[in-house]
Amino acid sequence: MPSPFLLASIQGSQEQGESGRVLDNWKDNKNVFWTLAGPGTFWLLVFFILPLGFLFVMSFSDKAVIDGEISITEYDYLTGISNYIRSVDALYLTIIWKSIWVSALATVLCLLTAYPIAFGICFASERWKPLLLLLVVLPFWINLLIRTYALIAVFRSQGYVNLALGTVGLGPFDMLYNNFAVIFGLVYVYMPFMVLPLYATIERLDKSFLEASLDLGASQFTTFLKVTVPLTMPGIITGVILVFIPCLGSFLTPDLLGGANAIMIGNVIERQFKAANDWPFGAALSFMLMYATFAALMLRAFLAKRSAGVDV
Amino acid sequence: MTTFHPKFSPSRRTLLKGTGAMFAGLTLLPRFSLAAEEKKLNFYNWDTYIGETTLADFTKATGIEAKLDLFADNDELFAKLKGGNPGYDVIVPTNDMLERMIKANMVIPLDHSKIPNMANIDKPFQDATFDPGRKHSIPYMWGTLGVGYRKSKVEGGLVDSWKIVLDSDTHAGRISLLGDAQNVIGVALKYLGHSFNSVEAAELKKAEDLLIAQKKHVKVFADDNGQDLLASGEVDVCQEWNGDIIQVMAEDEGIAYAVPTEGSLVWQDTMAIPTGAPHPENAHAFLNFVLDAEAGMHIADTIKYATANAAAKAVMDKSYTENPSIFPPAEIVAKCEPGLYLGEEATKVRDEIWTRIQAA
Repeated sequence: MPSPFLLASIQGSQEQGESGRVLDNWKDNKNVFWTLAGPGTFWLLVFFILPLGFLFVMSFSDKAVIDGEISITEYDYLTGISNYIRSVDALYLTIIWKSIWVSALATVLCLLTAYPIAFGICFASERWKPLLLLLVVLPFWINLLIRTYALIAVFRSQGYVNLALGTVGLGPFDMLYNNFAVIFGLVYVYMPFMVLPLYATIERLDKSFLEASLDLGASQFTTFLKVTVPLTMPGIITGVILVFIPCLGSFLTPDLLGGANAIMIGNVIERQFKAANDWPFGAALSFMLMYATFAALMLRAFLAKRSAGVDV
Repeated sequence: MTTFHPKFSPSRRTLLKGTGAMFAGLTLLPRFSLAAEEKKLNFYNWDTYIGETTLADFTKATGIEAKLDLFADNDELFAKLKGGNPGYDVIVPTNDMLERMIKANMVIPLDHSKIPNMANIDKPFQDATFDPGRKHSIPYMWGTLGVGYRKSKVEGGLVDSWKIVLDSDTHAGRISLLGDAQNVIGVALKYLGHSFNSVEAAELKKAEDLLIAQKKHVKVFADDNGQDLLASGEVDVCQEWNGDIIQVMAEDEGIAYAVPTEGSLVWQDTMAIPTGAPHPENAHAFLNFVLDAEAGMHIADTIKYATANAAAKAVMDKSYTENPSIFPPAEIVAKCEPGLYLGEEATKVRDEIWTRIQAA
């Protein structure tokens, strides 16, 4: 999981780069360049490219057939696209589509909640700012599994929410084991990924633009819609990507909080690598999901190109 | 608050740390350079699934230092050993996983002459369909899959059929089923009068239809926490393992467990030595120790599962040996079947059925 701080700071430095001095050409200092680039390159190659490459090959493979029996541990590599053909079955496409919907809904809810939070932090006094940011990041110090179990304790029939409602004569409500619980869980878990990039862009937002808009007679609402939102669009996009993609692959949250209908594509993939012992098919499904993500990102780039004026 | 399943180990980190340390140790050690085996044993087990002092007693008796690592389910065990044994000497697979591992040559044959205590094994467990002649394993604990229920919420306070969880709306929204293909489809087959291990397409289709129809009444497919849902009042009836329900029964007298009369799954956890075990001699000594009467008694006393060690059972008191939740009546056990390893193709077929049920 990349540190949101890191991403936010990278984004910040990129935009400030234009005004800084021109950097040296890396070819002038090859030794320095490779010394600095070496560890990162090594890391990417060994822990990202190689495993991913292995999965890619696996997705075109099949379990070996030895003496007429399908082997448990051996594979025939690069046998064809049968796994991909299986993965475009209506059954799996339906689950992928459902996962996209759930993730999209969670992302939108995340955005709607995170935007005011990020705004609030930006306009808080300097004394409170670090503390508020700390509160946003604090949940990361606790393992995802533990946080999810904590949610169960809060929402179950005899949980804290129902206990509180019970004192005023309401409930108990069934809040766990349904789609509400899954979406709430996703919003809760990925909220910091939305708040931090939003905070980074809102913080850099030139407040005089807002004043100008208000001075020129725009209402607060129009100013927000026509000035604030477009100017913070880079943060919105970053946040949406950072939340949507992990949501799409999540399996723990639907597993623990969801009801009988909660299955998402992440659960199916997890099952292929564990209970079903079908790594080739699991790999193919993973890549299908990755292609879907790439397609979404390309669509965004395409739309950005078409929309003249505002840089999204 | 939450009663965790004894087999559930939330701490992966301990496991990773241990394995990491072991890797480092094994790499530095010239593996087969030692003439006699060093006095060590790496035991890979479920959480809270051995006697409190068993490992210490073993060290005392033999001088062999035993180190314990934990896995959370059979799939994790299998995944860990699939790419080569990272250094474990004794593992505890459930019968169908053992069968799969035997087929994949992932466990070694036992030398029975080194395990004289095999004579202590209870008669029904001396041989096994999944491991003929007990060539690769010794039986450890056994149990059943059944229905855990809250007595006050069930008509007559008794459950005797799978109907209540699989084919009825009397507890709509208050039912939990297990979260894996094998066991849910298996009991559906059993309820319909077929074999738990059926591979007949027509029978599987009927089971699938039954489960899809019942799904609207099912609150959740609970991976391993049906007993918690039952104890906390989220559900009134759940499909669960006997050991899990016995644990919550100890804290809540309103809960009971029954094996339905249609029959069910009878499972058996076994101990085996994985291929590539660095200390096979010590592993044999450990298996022998576990089958000892006194050691077996301590284990059964701690974990309260049904032991397959007759010598140990003989010295346990009646509250254990006559507990019908631990040892169900013989005529019901007779209707239960062990889960078999059905082959990779059948596993795939059941997995697809399971996905269809979940997505329906």
